Amino acid sequence: MTLTLVTDRDTDLAARVASPLAVRGMTVSYGQTPAIFSVDMTLRAGAMTAIVGPNGAGKSTLLKAALEVITPLAGSVTVFGGTMADMRDRIAYVPQRASVDWDFPVRVIDVVMMGMYRQLGLLGRIRGRHRALARECLDRVGMSDFARRQIGQLSGGQQQRVFLARALAQEADIYVLDEPFAGVDAATEKAIIAVLQGLRDAGKTVLAVHHDLATVPDYFDDVVLLNTQVVAAGPVADTFNEENLNAAYGGRLTTARADPESVAG
Amino acid sequence: MGAEFVALSLPPMVIGVLVAIACALPGNLLLLRGQALIGDAISHVVLPGIVVAFLLTGLVATGPMLLGAAGAAVIAVLAIEAVRRLGRIESGAAMGVIFTAMFAGGVLLLEQSDTSNVHLDVEHALYGNLESLIWLDATDWGSLLDPVALAGLPVELSRMVLALTVIALFLWLFWRPLALSTFDEDFARGLGIRTGPLGLALVIMSAIAAVAAFDAVGSIIVIAMFICPPAAARMMTNRLGHQVAWSVLFAALAAVLGYVLAGYGPLWIGASASVSAAGMIATVSGIILGVAAVAGPHRTRNG
Repeated sequence: MTLTLVTDRDTDLAARVASPLAVRGMTVSYGQTPAIFSVDMTLRAGAMTAIVGPNGAGKSTLLKAALEVITPLAGSVTVFGGTMADMRDRIAYVPQRASVDWDFPVRVIDVVMMGMYRQLGLLGRIRGRHRALARECLDRVGMSDFARRQIGQLSGGQQQRVFLARALAQEADIYVLDEPFAGVDAATEKAIIAVLQGLRDAGKTVLAVHHDLATVPDYFDDVVLLNTQVVAAGPVADTFNEENLNAAYGGRLTTARADPESVAG
Repeated sequence: MGAEFVALSLPPMVIGVLVAIACALPGNLLLLRGQALIGDAISHVVLPGIVVAFLLTGLVATGPMLLGAAGAAVIAVLAIEAVRRLGRIESGAAMGVIFTAMFAGGVLLLEQSDTSNVHLDVEHALYGNLESLIWLDATDWGSLLDPVALAGLPVELSRMVLALTVIALFLWLFWRPLALSTFDEDFARGLGIRTGPLGLALVIMSAIAAVAAFDAVGSIIVIAMFICPPAAARMMTNRLGHQVAWSVLFAALAAVLGYVLAGYGPLWIGASASVSAAGMIATVSGIILGVAAVAGPHRTRNG
């Protein structure tokens, strides 16, 4: 019995070291009831993983806890086997667009420069190569013409692209996105998925909260079905089936399919 | 004219400008964080702090009063955080509850204690006494180069220089994380920026401005300067750095123009007495905000 436990632990340790981002026993609570409970998640390197689940399933909470943006009740995170504190440079994060005040007096190019904060530090001088990188990142999301605009003057889709450009400027190995396709136009969705698939093809790891069940098989390699706890996780081909979806969404799946927006959040 | 101006008008005017800028600088970020009321709160809660300091020491001296004010400001900030988190109440409401309660407590304390023989009253806390900060050692403009005369400058002047220096250094050093976490707190935390302590440090800087300013100029100017110049500046530009520059300009303009209008304005219209400089400076800052709201180039918002 003891022997088996040790072996399990060793296997898990190996899995965590091999994984770009591994979460164990993550539990977060905002009040009396837990938002997520004892969640394990092990990302596969070089894969695109979707977190899918009904409204209030704790999808954004899981992302924030995995990035140590919020403090959990319990749980641990490893990044390439190391601690978040040591490995922050390898993670880029795109928060929900709605979490930001878009009236903020800042230009598109300045938002992208924010992605270089860890590189620049408190007082590091912005040099030509930093500006060139910012312009290149804007170019990759098709937004170079808007560099000098105030961010509030952009459409929702354009704002989302700028957020993605800021993440690209972090030059990370893991890209974590919270609802990147929520409220964006079709052209933006295409542009964003192309960039993300380009990252994946370059060996990067992508994790996104996703609300449109119809596009999961097209866009993603792996899926985590979440409803406070993990219902199922693994490659889309094995995991993304009627049975698991029903388990995750309860009886609400038919409504969810009819109206993808209703499962956002 | 020269000698009189240097001795009587220059020091209060310079102090007014320093106060205005010291409050407007952190006010820029407070405004964008939806925390603009914090300046209002701090400048009100210093009153009970001063009264308690006076009751404990029996002195109307700068040291104990500053200490009492700072203590009250810290208690208020903690109490606001406690109400916000424990009561799950929006921060503006939490501030409103705490600062009105503490200010009212200060007024009651003041009325119940025997302060009739000292210069400590509600009017002083509100309006200060900018006009009294004169420089008797000055004979003319040459006094500005005379070390002996300079030693006689009002102590409020050096205190405000110190406070402004501390605040400006803080903003310069932490500008990037401050701007970043004000715009997008989750992203800032994702970068490893400790937004909690950083936000608290910004509030402490605002408290330093408010406490250093209150006894020279009263809380009216402090409240106005935390909000009016940054709010007017926001309508002049869509870039944060430029907004801060505009706010400094507006703050200084309000201080100088307000002081001159208070001192000489009534004479120009035939009245004999001058009016409160603190009140006039706050009024001018409000007028600047009004003009910016009507004519500023970036006053429309998207959504």
